[in-house]
Amino acid sequence: MIIHHPILGPRDAQEFVYLGDASLIGRPDGLTASIEDFHNYTYLRDNPAGAHRELWYHEQGDRSWLVVTRNTLTHEILQVELARDVARAEGRSK
Amino acid sequence: MPDFILTPITALGHATPEVDIIGPWTITERADVALASLAVRRGRLGDLQAAAAGAGVPLPAAGAAAQGMPYSSFWMTPEMWMVEAPFASHEDIRAHLLPAFGDAASITEQTDAWVRFDLAGADLPRLFERLCNFDLAKAPAGAATRTVMEHLGCYLIKRTDSLVTVYGPRSSAQSLHHALVVAAQSVL
Amino acid sequence: MSQSNRISGGLIDRSRTLRFHFDGLPYLGHPGDTLASALLANGVRLMGRSFKYHRPRGPISAGSEEPNALVELRSGARQEPNTRATVAELFDGLTAQSQTRWPSLKFDALAINDRFNSFLTAGFYYKTFMWPASFWEKVYEPIIRRAAGLGSLTKLEDPDSYDKGFLHCDILIIGAGPAGLSAALTAGRSGARVILADEDFRMGGRLNAETFELGDQAGFVWADAAVAELSSLPNVRLMTRTTVVGAFDHGIYGAVERVSDHLIEPAPGKPRQTFWRIYSQRAILTGGATERPIAFENNDRPGIMLAGSLRAYANRWGVAVGERTAIFTNNDDGLRTARDLQAKGVDVVAVIDSRDGGELLPGIRHLRGAEVIDSAGRLGLSSITVRHANGKTEVIKATALGVSGGWNPNVNITSHHRSRPIWRDDIAAFVPGSGEIANLSVAGAAAGTLSTHGALVTGDEVARTALASLGLTATAANLPKAEDAPVRITPMWYVKGSNRAWIDPQNDVTVKDIKLAHQENFTSVEHLKRYTTLGMATDQGKTSNVLGLAVMAGLTGKSIPDTGTTVYRPPYTPVALGALGGRGRGQEFKPFRLTPSHKWAQEQGAVFVEVGYWLRTQWLPKAGETTWRQSVDREVLATRKSVGICDVTTLGKIDIQGTDAGAFLDKVYANTFSTLAVGKCRYGLMLREDGMVFDDGTTARMGQNEYVTTTTTANAVTVFRHLEFCRQVLWPDMDVQLISTTEAWAQFSVAGPNARKLLQKVVDQDISDAAFPYMGAGNITVGGLRARLFRISFSGELAYEIAVPTRYGDAMIRKLMEAGAEFDAVVYGTEALGVMRIEKGHVAGNELNGTSTALNMGLGKMVSRKKDSIGMVLSQREGMTRDDGLRLVGVKPVNPAAELKAGSHFLKTGVAAKAENDDGWLTSLVYSPHLGHYIALGYLKDGSNRIGEKMRAVNLLAGTDTEIEIVSPHFIDPEGERLRA
Repeated sequence: MIIHHPILGPRDAQEFVYLGDASLIGRPDGLTASIEDFHNYTYLRDNPAGAHRELWYHEQGDRSWLVVTRNTLTHEILQVELARDVARAEGRSK
Repeated sequence: MPDFILTPITALGHATPEVDIIGPWTITERADVALASLAVRRGRLGDLQAAAAGAGVPLPAAGAAAQGMPYSSFWMTPEMWMVEAPFASHEDIRAHLLPAFGDAASITEQTDAWVRFDLAGADLPRLFERLCNFDLAKAPAGAATRTVMEHLGCYLIKRTDSLVTVYGPRSSAQSLHHALVVAAQSVL
Repeated sequence: MSQSNRISGGLIDRSRTLRFHFDGLPYLGHPGDTLASALLANGVRLMGRSFKYHRPRGPISAGSEEPNALVELRSGARQEPNTRATVAELFDGLTAQSQTRWPSLKFDALAINDRFNSFLTAGFYYKTFMWPASFWEKVYEPIIRRAAGLGSLTKLEDPDSYDKGFLHCDILIIGAGPAGLSAALTAGRSGARVILADEDFRMGGRLNAETFELGDQAGFVWADAAVAELSSLPNVRLMTRTTVVGAFDHGIYGAVERVSDHLIEPAPGKPRQTFWRIYSQRAILTGGATERPIAFENNDRPGIMLAGSLRAYANRWGVAVGERTAIFTNNDDGLRTARDLQAKGVDVVAVIDSRDGGELLPGIRHLRGAEVIDSAGRLGLSSITVRHANGKTEVIKATALGVSGGWNPNVNITSHHRSRPIWRDDIAAFVPGSGEIANLSVAGAAAGTLSTHGALVTGDEVARTALASLGLTATAANLPKAEDAPVRITPMWYVKGSNRAWIDPQNDVTVKDIKLAHQENFTSVEHLKRYTTLGMATDQGKTSNVLGLAVMAGLTGKSIPDTGTTVYRPPYTPVALGALGGRGRGQEFKPFRLTPSHKWAQEQGAVFVEVGYWLRTQWLPKAGETTWRQSVDREVLATRKSVGICDVTTLGKIDIQGTDAGAFLDKVYANTFSTLAVGKCRYGLMLREDGMVFDDGTTARMGQNEYVTTTTTANAVTVFRHLEFCRQVLWPDMDVQLISTTEAWAQFSVAGPNARKLLQKVVDQDISDAAFPYMGAGNITVGGLRARLFRISFSGELAYEIAVPTRYGDAMIRKLMEAGAEFDAVVYGTEALGVMRIEKGHVAGNELNGTSTALNMGLGKMVSRKKDSIGMVLSQREGMTRDDGLRLVGVKPVNPAAELKAGSHFLKTGVAAKAENDDGWLTSLVYSPHLGHYIALGYLKDGSNRIGEKMRAVNLLAGTDTEIEIVSPHFIDPEGERLRA
């Protein structure tokens, strides 16, 4: 597969490490959230047949974490964003 | 105070750097470069750029390298560069850079984290197509990238059409050197 | 030795003669020959035996689709089984042996299988070897493997090497026949970066095997000119002997280049083959078409082959396969073979045409409405039986029979992403399904355009479309005039009969097997394939799949499109595992990482152990030591008595800077680092979000905004990845910067009562306990050289870790040993390191096994609940905080002479050794030379309340049941006085 890195352009997926569902960005705060909240965050995942937002790490590249939106049926990659930008947009700035 | 000095060896384990000439290509181990990573502290990009301009440290764009004297550098990751300088004059490169950048940057000595090989000669893309997936033929001079050669994460810098620098993990210097030599003999 | 069947013409170099051997006999051929063409030229039709029935077989094709003519090429360690003689390029000195026969090709003892064919039908294995199940592995499988199977492996190491490589292009063109050359000329002239790959050693495809002209030139002359022009273009890369074997996601194709297979052995340093990963913007498949046979009784005799192949042997290689040749066809292309052979002076005795009407061939006995119903000839064809339109039968003497059932476009690569091909009635063949592989287009015969004119035109067209989509402009094409014959075919798949008619000769699947599958209701194509093994041999059914499913369609009464087809998968043709492995073999399997003291340790005769890529000193034997334990015990005792040195460079080091560095560490570690004083270090426990322990190590605060964190050797990469995740994704605006410095510093542990005395001799500053207290950290100098010192201990002794820039590491170990001579300093390896950490009760990899919590390790208090850190919340789950949960304990045998076994489980005295009585298990075990007996660490239920309890350590695999006492995990210096000395 080829992942179009937002900064570096097309890169072979071999350079990346896959983590999983991009919902991992939304980590609850440990001082206020319940065990149930963390349970849901840590274990519960959707498994869509179609567009799936995923976290990929460009380990053999520039070490950027990316959010890759991939069609799990066709491997078509619909969107690639820097995970840091996504995290900020989701309100994770401190 | 103890009265001795420690004598360095090269990454390949010798007193002096190794040079291999294989067909049209020369592979030269370079032990004469000091390295430091230079990273922007949050919100201090402007200060860092000003300091870099003052100190003569180039800050190339993503995917690029820039050469200067005494400082050259290449882009590593957003808001981080690797700075190169002559080892003889800048062995303690962090001490040289810290006064210029103050608290606008995080600076870490990287000199001995890497082994450097310079590969010189014509038709280098024909050699590197056996080593990594980087499209060297299409890349402009001054391109810099992280890539993988025989499982080793390396930085590759295309200085000119006939000169490429490879930085690989120092502990794997022998494996990387072996890979370069084998590829050259294979393509020759 | 005479080339009795060689006729005039052909693209072989008759000025040079090549010698080769087949089954020990010498033959002659010419450059340009394949092994098959050269053997046929020498009158050799019999080249192998079949897989199941051991029937005599010869080639049925002249290309990579060949199912029959598989040989063992070369000898000794270079012997390669299952090589298709039809694509093995002849070279001087070639040797090959037939396979699947014993004792000889002409007399094969297992040909008896052929007599028992009624037992060996489809589903035979499933039905016959079902019971008892235990017989499968021990009895049935070995017998079957010996009897069946294809070529044999030498079991010698392959002396040759293989390369991998990466190529980039705008347009990859797969196949260099008329369509591929036309596409390449259009694309190449436009300036696009083009790769044109062809599996053959000569580009041109069918143009090399045909007699018709392009413009006013012979087809191969035009092809040669096209290749010459393309090779003059710097933006075009021509790759012969290169098979594109698979289409992968996003324009990536795999290709095998047979660099040296046409040489007796590779030139020094050169690979035998190179596996290329090709990155393309656009790809064009111009892979041509493959002829298919018509099944009839005994249609597998040597001498019976595809008509177009018979034509190729005559036109390209100057070989008449038989003196008397017949043709059996259901389409006009079969007639072309008859015409070409006749023009070459071959005696065409009859053309058996299953169609009633159509063109009547002049000057040839053209039998319309007729069928071939049988053949004869023990080791090769001698005659065929023909049933005429009027029902009468006639035996016709023939030594070669060309069969044409029509042509199948080579759709294989288009279905690598599961796209199913589409049936076209007008050409009675499957053509590529549309659009499933992005940016791949198909032209020429592969797309079902079977004329040469069509190939040239569509090749040019798809190239233009591809160029336009890349923003490039094509120049005007200059296509030659070429034949444009329509496809005239009346489908006919098999001749009805009661005996066996072969469909898939490689897996010995006959029409009868298909009928049996139908009878037993395995009628879907996927079931048909698996039940009969149709198309599951090394040729993936290139000549047989369509035929087989057409037969099934006939039986079920469904149409072919309704019956459907299975899809092809990569690789297009078999790929040597060596090519996939590339250089990654033996010592080159993976890179090594060498520690800074490696050179010194090697000089000293150290024994090394692989730890990931690292080679670490495991122990360092001294003269007279004959067992590893002697060396390890000595290293431990010497360290505890005086001083020992260990290279600990392999531990991951991460430089963490920024104004939020301390706050960041508080997030990623369970304990607190923001309060750590500058110049101090602290042990840290890193949890996963699920509350299990992820990693541990010490972190030193080198400045207000500057920390150095160490990780375990094993987790150095994953911890760094995790920290980047935390930095970029979880807390994207913390001011923290990370970089690995693992390799930048050569770090040595100096441990033992004399550690300070030794170090004081090399360190320029005062490192007395007052000046450099326990858990101190700081920048110092060594002979004026910048260095770092950390007062930390893994062994339980007074200990330091000292780091110098890596290039000085070799000098540093020598200096330390020189300075340590007066203290009898030793170097200790990973074994002694392990002994000492277990004696001290420190956890390591065996305890940090991914299922252990801080509480399990007795470190529950380290998890601060005053701050948010990764894993803090879930570590508090009910099941993980129970008071009687697993706890780290020490274990010793009640009888000091008793040996404990790794992997033992803890049981109470007097209970049965069953899972429900399991109270925990032993994690780490060593012999303690200090205590003089075995000691161990382990996890025990309610362990901290069971100190002093007598239990058993049971290992059912080793058959041991040893009485043990549960003790504190701290076997030495539990108060930590030595550390603070």
